[in-house]
Amino acid sequence: MNAVRPRLRAADLIGGGLLGLRARRLRAALSALGIAIGIAAGVAVLGISASSKANLLSQLGAEANLLTVSAGGGVDGSPVPLPLTAQPMIAMIPPVESVTAVGYVPGVSVRRTSMVPAIDTGGISVLAAQPGLLGTLGGTVSHGTFLNAATARYPAVVLGAVAAKTLGIDRVTPDTQVYLDGQYFTVIGILSPVPLAPEIDEAALVGFPVASRLLGLAGHPTELYLRSLPDQVQAVTSVLPFTANPAQPEGVRVSTPSSILAARARAGTALTGLFLGLGGIAAAVGAIGIANIMVISVLERRGEIGLRRALGAARWHVAAQFLTEALLLSVLGGVIGVLLGAAATAGYAVSAGQPVVLPTAAVAVGLSIALGAGALAGAYPALKAARLPPAEALRSA
Amino acid sequence: MTELLTVTGVGKTYPGAPPVRALADVTLTLRSGERTAIVGPSGSGKTTLLHVAGTLERPTAGSVRIGGEEVSGLSDAAVSRLRARRLGFVFQQFHLLDHLDAVQNVALGLLYDGTPAGRRRAAAIAALDRVGLGGRLGHRPAQLSGGERQRVAIARAVVGRPDVVFADEPTGNLDSAAGADVVALLAGLADDGTAVVMVTHDQAVAAAMDRQVLMRDGRIVSDDLVVGPGAPR
Repeated sequence: MNAVRPRLRAADLIGGGLLGLRARRLRAALSALGIAIGIAAGVAVLGISASSKANLLSQLGAEANLLTVSAGGGVDGSPVPLPLTAQPMIAMIPPVESVTAVGYVPGVSVRRTSMVPAIDTGGISVLAAQPGLLGTLGGTVSHGTFLNAATARYPAVVLGAVAAKTLGIDRVTPDTQVYLDGQYFTVIGILSPVPLAPEIDEAALVGFPVASRLLGLAGHPTELYLRSLPDQVQAVTSVLPFTANPAQPEGVRVSTPSSILAARARAGTALTGLFLGLGGIAAAVGAIGIANIMVISVLERRGEIGLRRALGAARWHVAAQFLTEALLLSVLGGVIGVLLGAAATAGYAVSAGQPVVLPTAAVAVGLSIALGAGALAGAYPALKAARLPPAEALRSA
Repeated sequence: MTELLTVTGVGKTYPGAPPVRALADVTLTLRSGERTAIVGPSGSGKTTLLHVAGTLERPTAGSVRIGGEEVSGLSDAAVSRLRARRLGFVFQQFHLLDHLDAVQNVALGLLYDGTPAGRRRAAAIAALDRVGLGGRLGHRPAQLSGGERQRVAIARAVVGRPDVVFADEPTGNLDSAAGADVVALLAGLADDGTAVVMVTHDQAVAAAMDRQVLMRDGRIVSDDLVVGPGAPR
């Protein structure tokens, strides 16, 4: 007897598996669809979130030169207000392109009318702002106008996006007013959300002159926003505390909001996990569908199994054949799923004006899951087919 | 003549309540070039004998030797290899795969003995030529008549040049003319030294064989060798 062990080549296995699937195309397509939907959901979720992150990061990359200087605590923990000289001194640092000050007005609430109880502040803070604030933050006005040198002197207010929503104000008319510390201020504008300074979204902004005249603001800024040349951010950061408050530099807090946002953008969200879980469940259901189809296939093809055994197929040949068919089905589903997921990602990203990013990890994991699902789904039917005694398979066909 | 396959004292009992004894103490030797018909009433154990001799079923007693090798001690892979290289099968239901054409169906006969795909195809075409289907290479089973289908199945059984070809009621699904063609084709295989074993309940078909083995109740009741090709026994 020849000692060389006859092997079934990979090409023969795959060719045979494809034949089995081609003979039952509709069934193959439908059972692959389950896996495809699961993988598509997973790839799309990862792709869309990666595209959104890439978009946010690219936006932040253009604006990573925003710095904030705020009043902190001294060595003994007592609050240290920023000196009046802080803003003009910072403006003199050469790489600083612009600097603007904001002053928190304590103990003042904003309400729609005097009839609203004073306790219902809605969490809106009143900030004194300078006309240059919007330019430095890169914010825009969605309705009306921003403060200018003239309106900064009068009881006029510009509402942040969240503050406007809280007050129920969605447009600006000449007689739109809010009740602010015992008097009515005219709303002259509403801001669009400012991603780099969310505290502005929840604020009502008034001019420094009117704040000191009517609201009792001493004039000390509580926060400074500044832009530096992008390649000088580190250098500017290091000199800011001494420049802002030479007497008490430890009482000055400097932060770069764009880097915080960037870090947040890189972190995943709970929703992504949820959708990935749903995609996994869909893939599992798809795998069960494939297992089901393969079990039926083994029952239907007893005659073929008996014949192949008679032609010299060993048990492992038969097992390999059915396992290969299950794997081909699931990989077919996986490939379709990746393509669908990529298409969904591209469609979403393009319509949202974002760069299209398809993480290779998502594609690799998607295909691996498909492969694993196919192996699991095919294992039992393949064993069942292999264990079928050849004579019994031939007799029952 | 060379002894190709020997069945000695073989019994086959299927478990159950009560157990069913399909074969009892059957001894049979198949030699090269021999044409054997196994005949007998339904349930007499003809097909079981064919399955046991063809290693598709393991006996519960006795021994089966193929080419001098005892089968009972071999693994499934080794027995399968033996089938792939030394044995061919033809069935009443043809067992052709519907979605394959004639050449592909015949080439399956070489799939499990390690022949490369190109050689399988060439051998399949040659085998179809030998059974007179050289003009039907690309036809699928549905496009072939019953007799042609069985000839494709015969080509598949002999494409690997086996020592023994087993045919289980090969004419059972055919009309008499097509049946006669198929029997003549099978009988002709013995001219090259192949042992041909045919299970049939059709006396006319059995008469075309040299040797008649009559079975009843799982036993051989007569074994009558009429003519042996080549030297007489």
